[in-house]
Amino acid sequence: MAATTTQQAARPPVLPPPSGRAGFGGTLRSEFTKIRSVRSTYWTLLVLLAVSIGIGAAISAGTAANWSHMAPSDRATFDPTQASVAGLFYLGQLVIVVLGAMVLTAEYSTGMIRTSLTAMPRRGTVYAAKVVVLAVVALVVTFIAAFIAFFLGQSLLASTHDSATLSQPNVLRAVIGSALYVTTCGLFAFAAGAILRHTAAAITSVIGLLFVIPILAHLLPSSWYQDLARWLPDAAGRALSVTVGPQPPNLFSPWGQFTVFAVYTVILLAVGAFLFRKRDA
Amino acid sequence: MIEVRGLTKRYGDKIAVNNLSFSVEPGKVTGFLGPNGAGKTTTMRLILGLDYPDAGTVTIGGQQYAHLAYPMREVGALIDAKAVHGGRSAYNHLLCLAQTNNLPKRRVGEVLELVGLTEVARKRTKGFSLGMSQRLGIAATLLGDPALLMFDEPVNGLDPEGILWIRNLMKALAAEGRTVFVSSHLMSEMEHTADYLIVIGRGQLLADCTMEEFIARSSGQTVRVATPQPEVLAKAVTEAGGTVIPGGGDGALTVSGLIAAQVGDIAFEHGVRLHELTVVRASLEAAFMELTADSVEYRAAGDEPGDEKGQPPEPGQPPESQLPAPELAAQGQHGNEGRI
Repeated sequence: MAATTTQQAARPPVLPPPSGRAGFGGTLRSEFTKIRSVRSTYWTLLVLLAVSIGIGAAISAGTAANWSHMAPSDRATFDPTQASVAGLFYLGQLVIVVLGAMVLTAEYSTGMIRTSLTAMPRRGTVYAAKVVVLAVVALVVTFIAAFIAFFLGQSLLASTHDSATLSQPNVLRAVIGSALYVTTCGLFAFAAGAILRHTAAAITSVIGLLFVIPILAHLLPSSWYQDLARWLPDAAGRALSVTVGPQPPNLFSPWGQFTVFAVYTVILLAVGAFLFRKRDA
Repeated sequence: MIEVRGLTKRYGDKIAVNNLSFSVEPGKVTGFLGPNGAGKTTTMRLILGLDYPDAGTVTIGGQQYAHLAYPMREVGALIDAKAVHGGRSAYNHLLCLAQTNNLPKRRVGEVLELVGLTEVARKRTKGFSLGMSQRLGIAATLLGDPALLMFDEPVNGLDPEGILWIRNLMKALAAEGRTVFVSSHLMSEMEHTADYLIVIGRGQLLADCTMEEFIARSSGQTVRVATPQPEVLAKAVTEAGGTVIPGGGDGALTVSGLIAAQVGDIAFEHGVRLHELTVVRASLEAAFMELTADSVEYRAAGDEPGDEKGQPPEPGQPPESQLPAPELAAQGQHGNEGRI
């Protein structure tokens, strides 16, 4: 074995001489290698595409089949864009939460984090590279999911003569907005993973914040809920995906509502970064 | 090369490492010894910046680990061979590590070849045996071709073949002029590989010396002397300041506190005939047990440490402190504090 052949002191150089220092570029490539080299990434992204496209298609097909029996008032309020992307922003966010949380928590559960931080001890760099890789992967996949779900849904709704096109008002915003909302959910979960360092804890608490708190909020007296709703993280998804009829009066504008969620996410990411750098690995 | 100064680390109210100072000199195999729970792994984690010290500093070539330009080119460290994502292939595991330090892709294939894992390079690591994981971990340490290697308990849990492989590898790495800093609680393992020893117990430095010094300084070193006139010799030796432990029925005495030459001279001066005069050196195991007897954390009732003494008698060598080579001397001497 080569390792056991003894060479005396003068070792031939096996690497090109170093220049500069290890930094963000290499760490970014490393994080991309990590995310593309485990099966769980493919499974979660496949499930994301399947539920986003499948549920959008099912709602669209079901509506088309039922169209002739629908009351005119229901037809008037039917939102074909929202129907086609509903799978993405209702269920896709659940799936992306798993992917986002696991980016960091899987390293803690396997112990890989210690190996990672030994190779690259500059923790801020590692954290930033992880955020960028997750954001890019999630953006690409959610955009693909959003547009496929939209076009498939509209083709299934063609018989209703009520299908949407991207050139109609608010439609492009709803399609892109759904993808952005789901991507942000992934980053939100990543930050929760950085803070809690435990997969189940991170996923549970993010689902609690995105799904359970809004449900509980409904139990509050109506006027309280009206005031509170716009400050809930999930309001962004609801506001962005609506293209037909007036915006809910108790919410900010769609992009305003997205900004609320984005600010929460940035704050959480900052807390995660602080703890990631400060705590023992 | 590695400079540890006043290092202290607490976990809750338990002190894992307590005001620890030592240096690891270049170009040697330095054994880092201590019973389980002595703080070896904690110290290594502190060196790598995985944990932050409560007090004290650690530098590598004068810099903190996190500030090294290319950490993997300077230090190859393996603390836990199982600290890998089991769903990733051996190749991709090494690739993602290499990429952080801008190391060429071909290097991954080279180190896999070096440790003999080429055939399973594309297999996911969750199916790896401990021996294979250990090889993978060592492959990772060699990626950057570093001059300093750090291994934490590398032979723990390995089969004899794996132990032999690691031992040969460490010797080969040292022969290439690399510094190897290796921890173990198996003294017998260090006896064959380490030139220099750092011994800790309960997070504190117990010894920082060459292997020779370590054995010689331990009270386990005695002189066995056989004579037909034991009473005369025993009296003379005691007068000269030695301590005599009567031996078996063959008239042999065991003398401590004097070296062989002194015992021989005393015998000559008193006209005592000697049939045997032997330096009995403690094995490293015995010396270690004695040194750490007070600092072992958990001990079974009735365990008497330090009763395994006097292994094969070897000709006595004066314990000579190993001086650093001139070109290395500038990089820092060993601190004297806490030496035995």
